[in-house]
Amino acid sequence: MKKLGMVSVAALLASGAVAWADELSLVCSAEQDWCDLMVAAFEAENPDTDVLMVRKSTGETLAQVRAEAGNPKIDVWWGGTGDPHLIAAEEGLSQASGVDTSELLGWAQNMAEISRGKTVGIYAGALGIGYNADILAEKGIEPPQCWADLEDSRFEGEIQVANPNSSGTAYTELATFVQLFGEDEAMTKLAAVGKNVNSYTKSGSAPSKAAARGETGVSIGFMHDMVKLASQGFPLKIVAPCEGTGYEVGAVSIIDGARNLVGAKKWVEFALSAEVQSRAPEVGSFQVPSNSNAQVAPESPDLASIKLIDYDFATYGSSETRERLLARWDSEVGDPNPQQ
Amino acid sequence: MKKTVLIWLAIGLVSFVLLPWHMTEDGLYDATWMTDGVAATGLFSILAGQWWLAPAGLAILAAIVIQLAIDEPVKRARLTLGTAVAGLAFIALQGLIIVRAGPRIFETLFVSEAVMAGQPGMGAGAGICALALLFAATISLSQSDKGQGDAFVVSTIGLIVALVAIFVFFPVIHILVRAFEVDGGYSLTEFFPRFFSSDIWDLSCLISNRSCGVGINSLFLAVMTGAGTTLLGLSFALIFTRTDFRAKKLLRVLTVLPIITPPFVIGLALILLFGRTGTITEYFADLLGWEATRWLYGFWGIYFAQLLSFTPIAFLVLIGVVQGVSPSMEEASQTLDANRWQTFRFVSLPLMRPGLANAFLLGFIESLADFGNPLVLGSGYSVLSTDIYFAIVGAVADPAKAAILAIALLTLTLTAFMAQRMWLGKKSYATITGKADSGQNASLNPILKWACYCTALPWAAFTLVVYSMIIFGSFVKLWGINHGFTFDHYIRAFGIDFSTGRFSGVAWDSYFTTLTISSIAAPLTALVGLSTAYLLVRQKFWGKDAFEFSTMLSFAIPGTVIGVSYIMAFNFPPIELTGTSIILIIVFVFRNMPVGVRGGIAAMSQLDKSLDEASITLGANSFTTVRRVILPLMGPAVLAALTYSFVRAITSVSAVIFLVSAKHNMATSFIVGRVENGEFGLAIAYSAALIITMLAAILLLQLLVGVRRLRRSDRVQQIAKTA
Repeated sequence: MKKLGMVSVAALLASGAVAWADELSLVCSAEQDWCDLMVAAFEAENPDTDVLMVRKSTGETLAQVRAEAGNPKIDVWWGGTGDPHLIAAEEGLSQASGVDTSELLGWAQNMAEISRGKTVGIYAGALGIGYNADILAEKGIEPPQCWADLEDSRFEGEIQVANPNSSGTAYTELATFVQLFGEDEAMTKLAAVGKNVNSYTKSGSAPSKAAARGETGVSIGFMHDMVKLASQGFPLKIVAPCEGTGYEVGAVSIIDGARNLVGAKKWVEFALSAEVQSRAPEVGSFQVPSNSNAQVAPESPDLASIKLIDYDFATYGSSETRERLLARWDSEVGDPNPQQ
Repeated sequence: MKKTVLIWLAIGLVSFVLLPWHMTEDGLYDATWMTDGVAATGLFSILAGQWWLAPAGLAILAAIVIQLAIDEPVKRARLTLGTAVAGLAFIALQGLIIVRAGPRIFETLFVSEAVMAGQPGMGAGAGICALALLFAATISLSQSDKGQGDAFVVSTIGLIVALVAIFVFFPVIHILVRAFEVDGGYSLTEFFPRFFSSDIWDLSCLISNRSCGVGINSLFLAVMTGAGTTLLGLSFALIFTRTDFRAKKLLRVLTVLPIITPPFVIGLALILLFGRTGTITEYFADLLGWEATRWLYGFWGIYFAQLLSFTPIAFLVLIGVVQGVSPSMEEASQTLDANRWQTFRFVSLPLMRPGLANAFLLGFIESLADFGNPLVLGSGYSVLSTDIYFAIVGAVADPAKAAILAIALLTLTLTAFMAQRMWLGKKSYATITGKADSGQNASLNPILKWACYCTALPWAAFTLVVYSMIIFGSFVKLWGINHGFTFDHYIRAFGIDFSTGRFSGVAWDSYFTTLTISSIAAPLTALVGLSTAYLLVRQKFWGKDAFEFSTMLSFAIPGTVIGVSYIMAFNFPPIELTGTSIILIIVFVFRNMPVGVRGGIAAMSQLDKSLDEASITLGANSFTTVRRVILPLMGPAVLAALTYSFVRAITSVSAVIFLVSAKHNMATSFIVGRVENGEFGLAIAYSAALIITMLAAILLLQLLVGVRRLRRSDRVQQIAKTA
């Protein structure tokens, strides 16, 4: 009887394992359409695997992965800005995938090196300035060309940008300023821009949406988001700042303790392949692909023509630097109790 | 009674022997475990080495022996009670200590292989055993001398307390302890300076033009919203019940529209109307030659959006109460020569107090916990709910800060709750007595009538404009920019490929999941909420106030906190629910239950206790009294609870975001994703479809629940004819 019981427990566990083998649980933090495209393409290549995909933002995914640590329900996390992926790697929430990164561009390999293979870059998107052409024309404001222009009083009350305490986009901007101008100079400049800022939004994508609708004149955000809004018909124009700009790297990670490790590895290899990366523009995603053999869409912000800084993800992604910069931002730039 | 206890114990024993104790991988409904020979029932598991399950089975056996062997009733009841409670405690302890990865504490004590292998979450067997022991305990309690004597009442209390403890306290504690967390341990002294920091309670907005702390901001907004929604709700309720207003049906639809709207849609519509480039702002700016401003962003924007969103809740609570005010009292007042204003002011209005207090409390709490509107319209006006969200998911995750802010929010709720209790006092508000009551409700005096018209009708018109705009927005190419007519958004969302009969639209999956889950959650919510209300109003028991507040807890905590705490609590054994649809149903039931409770309390306070007593005197027990007397008189409250819980299950965002999984995705999380992606057309079309669905469901519910007939006819005095 005892034996039967033991066998039954073992069989139960085994049957559980079998049930999971052909299901891959994926959290996608990129745009919904892109997620759908990826899943459809992956299932076409691997007809035996059923990809269970849900879209969540990077912050929400990280919070969930943290809360589920030890018994994760997610196998692989694809897309979304790299910082949370790096944090997950740092906290031991993801595991090395061991995939070949030799075909990838430098910044994507860099991502894998920093995290010891736990997360790999899949696309890059540069930071830029967006402005509503109608609003600026109506008000007779000369459009900005450089970061420095944003300090000019002609933009008073017209600039919207996210708060780096809540938004990864805004933190990228903060880190970009520090890397461009040095830490002290950056804070002075950000405070000067801050005089023209009408609102520090919580969400990183909100400023560009507000600019698209004319609720604000100028926004700071990722260029590919702006390209997407402009392609829908909004009068949004995009500027690559003359001083140079920083960028985010979207990433893919396998969660530590993934139930379907084989499938997760297959997914990472698939996500890094040139063919599938070339297909992103089909669904209006204009980020720059990380595979050097992938085709770049003509609408994509051409990284070659943009002055990109050599963004130091290792330093500025670490929690120590992050806390220091945000504390300085709070005291010198951001106003926790703004005037009303 | 001995028979009932024995039946429950027998059910427990049978499930211990025959049902799988632990969760099976295939889910609750899959019966494969019966045929594949791996039936790991409680009994088999013990034989397989999981000896720690034995006390559960032994407790049931012992209780059965006690029931059969002892004749003296009080002694029998006490012994059974003790045994059953001990059994429950053992089930809880073994579940909490031995998890999937083996024992959590006392590692040195447990050495056997089976313990080290750990165990999965509890399943059907464990659940039914626990339930059987719980009922055996509560029924015995009612028979021992300490009890209330009524097994039904005590069992219901026991069940609700157990459910609230498991699904509210247990998860919420996981996150609240974080407030006391410091590097490498916990500290009580660290908590107070952080809790009383000026970031939360700063009052500088009163003396300068800087803004206050988040706590003060939230409090101010919540008081304003609570007062505003109660006033508007009362105006609508009075128009419905005390005037001969013609277009009542249309008005009725308008009053329910806002709660059936995914929150960001109202924000977006307000931006398109009142934003800097909004239609109305531009019109007035051109007309008056002012500069168009961003006045909407900040307090006023959130306030308008919240008034729009939460007035229907106040209305739903108040309509039943206003209807319930007995005409005899008003007639008596008029007979004593009071005019219509005096009658309203000194008779009707005081009798509506439970409704007003509960409507205010709901508006207050909803405003505190509201997340969508401040996110879209808040700008520089920070409130607790959004700050908590970003403390959890922001670029710098700080769970300790989130927990402290959540405690601040709970403090505000508790204060409002106490204030409401003091205001209501110990008076009786019963007006439905069962006595012959054929009078007519007094109509409003002209000034009051016009005051109601002037507040409620512009508001209704405003609602109508906002909703017409939403429908309009779903049929144009790019709302606000390109107003060319198109069906594209609907085709993308709800397309059907007729050649293959496939639902090819992208929204179908989440649409069906959402409808299924909310249809299951709604009746459960109403059941739990109204039973709780019954206990609170009709029964006296020890710890009632604490019980009442604990039922409000889950409602007052922002969804984000609930969502994360549910993952922390229910991702591991003993109760492992993440990734299932059950966790979504549970979160809806316990989050929305308070509306059933509040509405139920307000309605039940009006029912005279003599009705229950008459029924009991005639030989009915509590259960029959509830079913045959109280429930039929509670029509509006039942309807409000059903409507509200159904709708909230469809429209809630923040709690759901963490709990949805690929298999069970919800409409709101889908919509939020699309909005985040800038696809407004699709999101609005989906929202419009949801609004229509919910409207249809509400009308259907109204038909099903039917109209409560308090008197021969709910007529309003026809002043025009008599004068």
